[in-house]
Amino acid sequence: MSAPLVLHRVGKRYRRRWALRDCSLSVPERAIVGLAGPNGAGKSTLLGLAVGLLAPTEGRVEVLGRDPWLEPDVLAGVGYVAREAPLYRSFSVRDTIEFARATNPGWDWSIASEYLTRLDPDQRVSALTAGERSRLALAVALGKRPAIVLLDEPFERLDPLAAREFLQLLMDGVSELEATVVLASHVIADIERVSDHIVLLGDGHVRLDGSAEELIATHRLLTGAARPLGRIAGVEEIVRRRHSARQMTLLVRIDGQVVDPSWSVDEIGLEDLLLAYMAPERLPGPQEPERGRLRWHG
Amino acid sequence: MIEFHLDPRSGVAPYLQIVQQVKEALRLGLLDVGDQLPTVREVVADLAINPNTVAKGYRELEASGLVEARPGRGTFVTGTLVAPSQKHHEALRRELERWLDSAERAGLDEESIRAVISTTLREAFVRRVA
Repeated sequence: MSAPLVLHRVGKRYRRRWALRDCSLSVPERAIVGLAGPNGAGKSTLLGLAVGLLAPTEGRVEVLGRDPWLEPDVLAGVGYVAREAPLYRSFSVRDTIEFARATNPGWDWSIASEYLTRLDPDQRVSALTAGERSRLALAVALGKRPAIVLLDEPFERLDPLAAREFLQLLMDGVSELEATVVLASHVIADIERVSDHIVLLGDGHVRLDGSAEELIATHRLLTGAARPLGRIAGVEEIVRRRHSARQMTLLVRIDGQVVDPSWSVDEIGLEDLLLAYMAPERLPGPQEPERGRLRWHG
Repeated sequence: MIEFHLDPRSGVAPYLQIVQQVKEALRLGLLDVGDQLPTVREVVADLAINPNTVAKGYRELEASGLVEARPGRGTFVTGTLVAPSQKHHEALRRELERWLDSAERAGLDEESIRAVISTTLREAFVRRVA
């Protein structure tokens, strides 16, 4: 099978505001994709397009090779856990699962039941804790044996213990189903642990798209004495720079080995890397003229 | 059976952490030929990590001839790393301790000692790569 989720120059406009613009990406099969970005970056819109809840204003969305808006049949292969796991509050746990079974021809009891072991079937959804509700939502999403699962901020209301348990259940289900996963969260630490592919959204655009390993392999943190910047051998682009009176720290994308001994070269973790790309002080490359330092007059 | 742990702050790719932990256990003799590694699913459910990561780590171990995947049965240790070099460790450590003593006599505190060591290591490795 080809890429389970493809966006081709997709844009989505709500009235006058573009939530997504000119987004192209292709999610590799069986990847676990961390969809990162600050609130309002377009993550929920992207997921809504992928699960056929929204129609793109421009461009083309393909899920499992088909258009989810025009061919909703394809959604039988798509699991979705929406923000705050919305379920019918007046339904019991049993009603919820019965409803999911009745509406999904490929329903698999053995998978769903793994998530339900500690839930009381007669309990109403409105009386469940956030952790229990998210387990139920996971049972509904994975019970249909989806080829791709999309989750929107699944950790938002969970305490750390419930969040870890949710992640264990999700990873266990995914490894059995061999499914592709798209996990949207504005908290990078939540997705860093499991993601092998990262899509970073900012202001409705794709800022970064690549395998986590490749992103880490192509970025370095350089620390050295403050100086006017020329070209540094091995550096392709300076993503961000910070300096104090004497010291300078550069986040760079490299295209070779940086062996200049006047810089100390360190690897950068995924979380710091993504935060740097999200930070507003992102500056263009070395051609930018040096600005005067701000001084504190006390 | 070996139990893996994951340090997300270590900067080492998670699949490499798995590889390193198996190698470490082999070096220390905690794992031996014929022992079984936990299944991918067991590791995934235990650590809440990506199944691709575990599979990749296991593939890497298999490529280096340390383990073997037997279809339907699991992954088993086939190699050993109890190193003949281990007998040198003691002597090397004593040398390092002597060096540490002289660093202390020269007035370096723990942080300065660490800085000297890490800079020297980095430069030594860069020289080798370059």
